[in-house]
Amino acid sequence: MKIYKIKYIAIAIFSLFIISCDNNDENTMTPVATDFSGTFSQKDQMGRPAVNTVFVSADSKDAFNVTIPSQQGAMFQSMFETNLTGLSPAYANAGDANALGLDAPSFTSLLATDVLNVSLDGTTTFFDGTNVLTGRALADDVITVELLLIFGGEDFSENPTLSDDHVSANDKEFLTSFPYLASPW
Amino acid sequence: MKKSKILVATVFAAIIGLITIAADHIDAPATSGTNADITDFYAFQGENTRNLVFVANVQGLLSPSASATASFDENVLVEFNIDTNDDKVEDLVIQAIPRDGNMYFFGPFAPSSTGLNSNINEMATKNEVAITSYGTSATISESNGMKFFAGPRDDPFFMDFAQYGAILGGNASGFNNPGADTFAGSNVLSIVIEVPKSQIGGSGTINTWVTTNTKQ
Repeated sequence: MKIYKIKYIAIAIFSLFIISCDNNDENTMTPVATDFSGTFSQKDQMGRPAVNTVFVSADSKDAFNVTIPSQQGAMFQSMFETNLTGLSPAYANAGDANALGLDAPSFTSLLATDVLNVSLDGTTTFFDGTNVLTGRALADDVITVELLLIFGGEDFSENPTLSDDHVSANDKEFLTSFPYLASPW
Repeated sequence: MKKSKILVATVFAAIIGLITIAADHIDAPATSGTNADITDFYAFQGENTRNLVFVANVQGLLSPSASATASFDENVLVEFNIDTNDDKVEDLVIQAIPRDGNMYFFGPFAPSSTGLNSNINEMATKNEVAITSYGTSATISESNGMKFFAGPRDDPFFMDFAQYGAILGGNASGFNNPGADTFAGSNVLSIVIEVPKSQIGGSGTINTWVTTNTKQ
């Protein structure tokens, strides 16, 4: 009696073992395909740094993010110009320009189409004193460049207290090799 | 009277904008605080000068403790757009989407349609990399001349944002020297791609921008 019980239990456990092995085999034989289906709708977009933040009025920020770049100039250039001359009133004077020689309408026409221009032929930088808008490198002091172009006047000499935030480098060193960004804190 | 009102409104809008933080960190109500919020976008020549590097950062201002639990959202497609003929319309895209601990990449490929809606092109060149966990060294994959990374990194953006806000709020007349980096000690979730220039236009100038797109 006792021996039969042990036999049945042993057979039951063995068959369970076989069944579960079988299930495992099936799982590894038929992997589930990764699902990439569906339609994805645009929510946020960015080309140049701080453009939406600084030049787009609060009630238009969402709309700017869902306007394709080819339509941004027509829809937003005048708002950019109003906000630029509000920030830096000298731009409202006829003939006033920044160090790139751009007056308020031409500067805001450039900015309102929020794409990053990138050269495939060499130096890539937002501005390094020589190259202008040929990319954006990690170490570029983009905010000081933008402050200079907004407040610095024709030769970067106007409003010196407003045109440099005196933060010129990141808090961690960048890597020279991929993935270039520093490890997290 | 009207002019000063406009000025006040403009400065007020600028303050709101800046208090909610640059470069693109938390820039708009619909994206603020969501997993689709882009903080920064970079494009620069790689260590191998025949390559270009794209960096898209999302979910900014992560503290170290928040970085350990932060994750990419499987419903958010990150799309790198490349315009090779200066019409401000994307000619090529590279798509990045997370699935089950990996970041999958499709492209570069010419999209069959442009605009605000995207579908993932599973027929395009497909690559993947395991998403690097917080506190581990960077996992990198290489394929077809391209390199891929996805995971938490130090936020590379730097600015005395707090002082800028104080200036625009009328509480300071200028920047301090030295300034203080408001973004020091904070992390972001980064996607980094290095791609041969020959695959994205070869030479000349391209226009590029990044979008996040949420699954409908």
